[in-house]
Amino acid sequence: MSEILRIENLHKSFGDLEVLKGIDLAVQAGETVVLLGSSGSGKSTMLRCLNFMETPTEGKIHLNGELIGTERGGRMRYREAELCALRARIGMVFQHFNLFPHMTVLENVMEGQVIVLGRGKPEAQDKAMAQLDRVGLAEKAAEYPARLSGGQKQRVAIARALAMDPEVMLFDEVTSALDPELVGEVLKTIRQLAEDGMTMLCVTHELGFAYHVANRVLFLHEGTILEQGEPQSILKAPATDRMSEFLEGHSLFKLPD
Amino acid sequence: MAHNWDFATILQNWPVLWVGIKGTVFIFVITAILGLGGGLIVGIARYSKSPFVSWPARAFVEVFRNTPVLVQIIWFYYAFPILTGIETDPFLAAVLGISLNTMAFSAEIYRAGIQSINRAQWEAGKAIGMNYNQTLRRIILPVAVKRVLPALTNRGIEVFKMSTLASVVGYVETLNQAKLISDLNFNPIESYTAVAVIFFVVLYPVVQGTYVLERMLRKGD
Repeated sequence: MSEILRIENLHKSFGDLEVLKGIDLAVQAGETVVLLGSSGSGKSTMLRCLNFMETPTEGKIHLNGELIGTERGGRMRYREAELCALRARIGMVFQHFNLFPHMTVLENVMEGQVIVLGRGKPEAQDKAMAQLDRVGLAEKAAEYPARLSGGQKQRVAIARALAMDPEVMLFDEVTSALDPELVGEVLKTIRQLAEDGMTMLCVTHELGFAYHVANRVLFLHEGTILEQGEPQSILKAPATDRMSEFLEGHSLFKLPD
Repeated sequence: MAHNWDFATILQNWPVLWVGIKGTVFIFVITAILGLGGGLIVGIARYSKSPFVSWPARAFVEVFRNTPVLVQIIWFYYAFPILTGIETDPFLAAVLGISLNTMAFSAEIYRAGIQSINRAQWEAGKAIGMNYNQTLRRIILPVAVKRVLPALTNRGIEVFKMSTLASVVGYVETLNQAKLISDLNFNPIESYTAVAVIFFVVLYPVVQGTYVLERMLRKGD
């Protein structure tokens, strides 16, 4: 296994509010990392810093060994073009899908390939169809997003990110906005990706998913990683009271014996 | 007071009116394209995060939105050539006045449309590696413009009616030609009634069309 993502001393403040207070993490290729934590713990912010949807206040991020940005005067500086190129290499899926409403499903999945990667339309279409097939929605290619269910929308959003051939995928509470009966199909899709060897970081409240799919679980509390470990141990025997309380709060999830 | 309506003189002078109608349509097409097209550019500038871009755009909007078009046309005809040494003619003065005013109003429409788009759409574009301009052009504007299309067609209708203001500096359009007919035939009642009827006959079906358009757009959402 090789290291694909390295985060050093990541800090993020919004005004006076310090959300991330120094995160260090190294992710191996093919690893599935699940981020847990109560709301306000900084887990979404951390994810959003990795593809620079938020610019870190301090700290360094390396993707595949390359440092993102340049250091000048003791601070990291980022050029917009560099960040766009980086985001094209990191897929992100959002809680609210954020599909493009004026484009068909196929066009949604082709858009980034054509506009950002400069792929020709026939190639982009082939790739898009392959990814739609992978998430089980090839037959919906000509539909508009408004005609899809929440679960289908989210799977299209996953296909849209995958079509860019990302090196890492970020999932930001992707099942939180779904009706309970639609959660399963989306989790199944993500699980399949994990089995295919995709490197993934997932913010989720689905402890069952964390237990069965993650290689590693991080528990964030007040902007730091309070605990981390293999799901089978950390979810069953958390070391801190904080994490015990958090797990008890999620009483819906019953750990397998 | 009974008036003896006599439209015969109007019909006899139809070629004169026809020249005016052509002038109206011509200046409408030019000012609608410049005004609604230019408004998009000003609206985008107005939305910009950079104060060096948004501030001049805002100043432009405020100046041209808060001064009467009629005054602008007269100003461009009489004052502008003296201040700048650039000659204007009735057509140019009217085009400047109407287009700039329309740009200012439509810029605000476009800006409102852009602002109405959920911030998440910007994020979605950004997340697949699009830069600001790509996201604006490909993701935000198509939806924003569709959303403000009814407001823009309203603006277009205003532009069509505003074209009569060009008569004040002597541009040959419908109202100006009607005045000519009235002066020659002493029939101001029929002449100006004819102008009103012509505008109504042209605009009424267009306005009905915009209702249909609005309904179609709502269905698409």
